[in-house]
Amino acid sequence: MNRREDWTYEEKALIPPVVDTSRLFWFTAAGLGAIVLWALYAWYYQLQRGLGVTGMGRPVYWGFYITNFVFFIGVSHAGTLISAILRLTRAEWRRPITRAAEIITVAVIAIGASNVIIDLGREDRLFNVIFKPHLTSPLLWDVLSITTYLTGSVLYLYLPTIPDSAILRDKLPHRRWLYGPLSLGWTGTEKQKKLLNRAIAIMAIIMVPIAVSVHTVVSWVFAMTIQPMWHSSIFGPYFVVGAIYSGIAAIIVAMAIIRKGCHLEAFLKPLHFDYLGRLLLVMTLLWTYFTFAEYVTTYYGNSPDEIKVMMSKLTGPYAPYFWTMVICCLPIPLVILGVKRFRTITGTVIASLLINVGMWLERFTIVIPTLSNPRIPRYNVHYTPSWVEVSLMAGCFALFILVYMGFTKLFPIISIWEIEEGREGVQETTERLESYLPEGGEGGEAAGPVPAAASVA
Amino acid sequence: MPRYGMVIDLDRCTACQACVVACKVENNVPFTDPEAAAKGRTMLWIELLAEIEGSFPSLRASLKPRPCLMCDDPPCTKVCPVNATYKNPDGIVAQIYPRCIGCRYCTNACPYGVKLFNWRKPEWPQPMAQGLDPDVSIRPKGVVEKCTFCHQRLQAARERAAWERRPMREEDYQPACAEVCPPNAISFGDLDDEKSEVHRLSHHDRAFRLLAELGTQPKVYFLREVGK
Repeated sequence: MNRREDWTYEEKALIPPVVDTSRLFWFTAAGLGAIVLWALYAWYYQLQRGLGVTGMGRPVYWGFYITNFVFFIGVSHAGTLISAILRLTRAEWRRPITRAAEIITVAVIAIGASNVIIDLGREDRLFNVIFKPHLTSPLLWDVLSITTYLTGSVLYLYLPTIPDSAILRDKLPHRRWLYGPLSLGWTGTEKQKKLLNRAIAIMAIIMVPIAVSVHTVVSWVFAMTIQPMWHSSIFGPYFVVGAIYSGIAAIIVAMAIIRKGCHLEAFLKPLHFDYLGRLLLVMTLLWTYFTFAEYVTTYYGNSPDEIKVMMSKLTGPYAPYFWTMVICCLPIPLVILGVKRFRTITGTVIASLLINVGMWLERFTIVIPTLSNPRIPRYNVHYTPSWVEVSLMAGCFALFILVYMGFTKLFPIISIWEIEEGREGVQETTERLESYLPEGGEGGEAAGPVPAAASVA
Repeated sequence: MPRYGMVIDLDRCTACQACVVACKVENNVPFTDPEAAAKGRTMLWIELLAEIEGSFPSLRASLKPRPCLMCDDPPCTKVCPVNATYKNPDGIVAQIYPRCIGCRYCTNACPYGVKLFNWRKPEWPQPMAQGLDPDVSIRPKGVVEKCTFCHQRLQAARERAAWERRPMREEDYQPACAEVCPPNAISFGDLDDEKSEVHRLSHHDRAFRLLAELGTQPKVYFLREVGK
């Protein structure tokens, strides 16, 4: 039973990446670990000396940390939200993607939230948000929605791992101590399957509004103030669209890496990249529409305070960041994703990487230019991040990759049982597809004359 | 309850910055070295706002001393996640230093740039360190601080009046900036008291408030310059 020859095709392909670790993996992990350790030192340095070691000052009271917070929380919309939507719409091609996406959410949301903690002047008083909460503060809404989202996402990631834990419990006796408790006594009975699918469906439905609320509330931290170009009603939906945009891009990059790293070419096919690429194309257009709407109304309204902020982005000191963002998020993805010939694995990965660079810059050009152009003119202070801020940002990215790599050693990054379920369900899926079509047709060629009742209706 | 407010007559103000110095000494506002000042970390509870009007050669600099404007509808208090900044019963926008978590949301929400953050542990060179005001707490690193209308003076005046069994008089409580102003440009008192000078001046033809269009209802008024 425990000999690899007896394993199913899915098990043979998906369990080895969990147990067999290449030298490259260890080298990468060591490199990333070193960056994380360096970032921890930078954080210790900041804790000792205060936020004076950053590049922030008046009036730019928020810098890289808040930018990273918004960016990472945005990327977190990759997993749970996309996976929930694909599950709910019964998109069959989702099967190898969902888990790889969901772990992005869990890892990145925790890292995003810790950026706010790093940004606090008094992190020792963090729990005042629980003991002395002030409900009118959008920052407190953030605390509520992000903790809910994190809890829900962990549960939503965990539920579909239960049957896989049972498989690993049976196939890997030396790890029974781990997978035994995690599998919660899963034996694969009909009743268990029914319960699990029900639980996953309920979580998927719950997670969609929570995910939307998270980035809406993040945007409201800015929009609820009266500062020029922050106080905008478009910010909620604009941030959610941007979040899904960078989120899908993050999934594509992660999929390409695990495809090569875990030799999963048979599972993650060009088709998956093509479909996600189409989704990304839709988000490119949506993001462009929102950005255009935001800037054109500001321009036309011609309010002096807002124009000052806007011009600092279009032609002023923030122009290099702004226009790089535009190039990364609009023309390049549009061409790569819009032309079928370019919408290959390499193409979508290039577009996705650029989109994430662009979306980081978008967050940066939302946070900083408003702060450096207050209504009452004062100083000409230019924000430049210090080595501490840059180190902590590098540490966040390294930690994210490290957590992701660690997860692939804990669970199969592609759900074994869901692929098997998909294979067993081909008959059922075919029947479902047929049920979409009008009944009584010849099947394929011509569906026969339109019934009179239908044409009247 | 009185509604404490201030009227600053820009026609009288000579921009001598005596108010700035008096405030700094009275409230133990931390010392800033030039290096920190270049990073935008100067700590001043009241400061001169400089506005340059016109273009060369017909330039005109307008200087306004700007304390906290003590908004009646402050944008900073509602965004605080832990209730560390609030409008107290005297109408003063206060900051609870031991509760503040240093998220700097209030500093970003204030349209006047009034609130300040302690980027480092406050330090004073000798002999300044020996001259600290014992009535005002020293803020630790990592919290936000701001002008309090010299709230410690209000507390002292109240206690004194109670001790002497008499109502408080206007001259009992004056913030350091108002007290020290050489040309008497700063008036301070109860805006709701119809006999007070600030009530009269705040209804003056020349009276205006900073960014009044934002609806923050500041309790600090300015009197426009005339005769130039």
